[in-house]
Amino acid sequence: MNKDDYKLLVKKYTPSEERLKNALMAFITGALIGIISIIIFQILTSYNIGDKEANVWTIIILIFLASLFTGLGFFDNWVAKVRCGLIIPITGFAHSVTSSALDYKKDGLITGLGANVFKLAGSVILYGIVSAFILAVIKVVLYG
Amino acid sequence: MIYLNGAIFCGIICLLGELILDNTKLTAGHITSLFVVLGAILSFFGIYDYFTEWAGVASSVPITSFGNLLYKACIEGYYTKGALGLFSNLLSTTSAGICSAIIFAFFITLFCKAKD
Repeated sequence: MNKDDYKLLVKKYTPSEERLKNALMAFITGALIGIISIIIFQILTSYNIGDKEANVWTIIILIFLASLFTGLGFFDNWVAKVRCGLIIPITGFAHSVTSSALDYKKDGLITGLGANVFKLAGSVILYGIVSAFILAVIKVVLYG
Repeated sequence: MIYLNGAIFCGIICLLGELILDNTKLTAGHITSLFVVLGAILSFFGIYDYFTEWAGVASSVPITSFGNLLYKACIEGYYTKGALGLFSNLLSTTSAGICSAIIFAFFITLFCKAKD
């Protein structure tokens, strides 16, 4: 068996198995975060907090936990392992803000932390705002 | 039952993201931006409301809900305040998420060290 054949063989077998495992991990983690969010929501509503406020508090608590775990240092390993399972939920947004703040802290508070805090999360905010604005204008122009 | 719906909703969105990440050359930054735009588009066609009804609070956890809330706030601003509302109301509902992320990130950064 020559080198190229071997490479083809490796390509054929390894990635699909890895992909299946990655996809399964992402699904399970995403599902867990969904369940955790509902548990937090149920606890908050049992303390007589309205549905809308409890919803916002749930998001804030998730953001706080993700930022705290990033600061303590073990969230990076989790994200590297399950990837989209933690990047797609709001925890990924908090993680990207906190980790870029931590990484650039050494360059000073203004040129380091201040300038780079949205290095990764900025695109989410930019494209979110631009697309929401364009769609709202389309809606207004078409349907009044 | 709401637990099952929420778990399935969040799980499937994460699964879609992971499939895109594994099978294309797009990075995590591309995917999160894509999903925000997707959320705004789903909201535009009124589909995201069904998800909110079906999955409850879990529908606001994936990043797609960010696009959904931005679009809704923008259009609501137009109906309550006119053209100015398109600009002034745009961030009203997502402000909690963005501001809490900034505030927690700042204070945690002051007290924690970057990993080597």
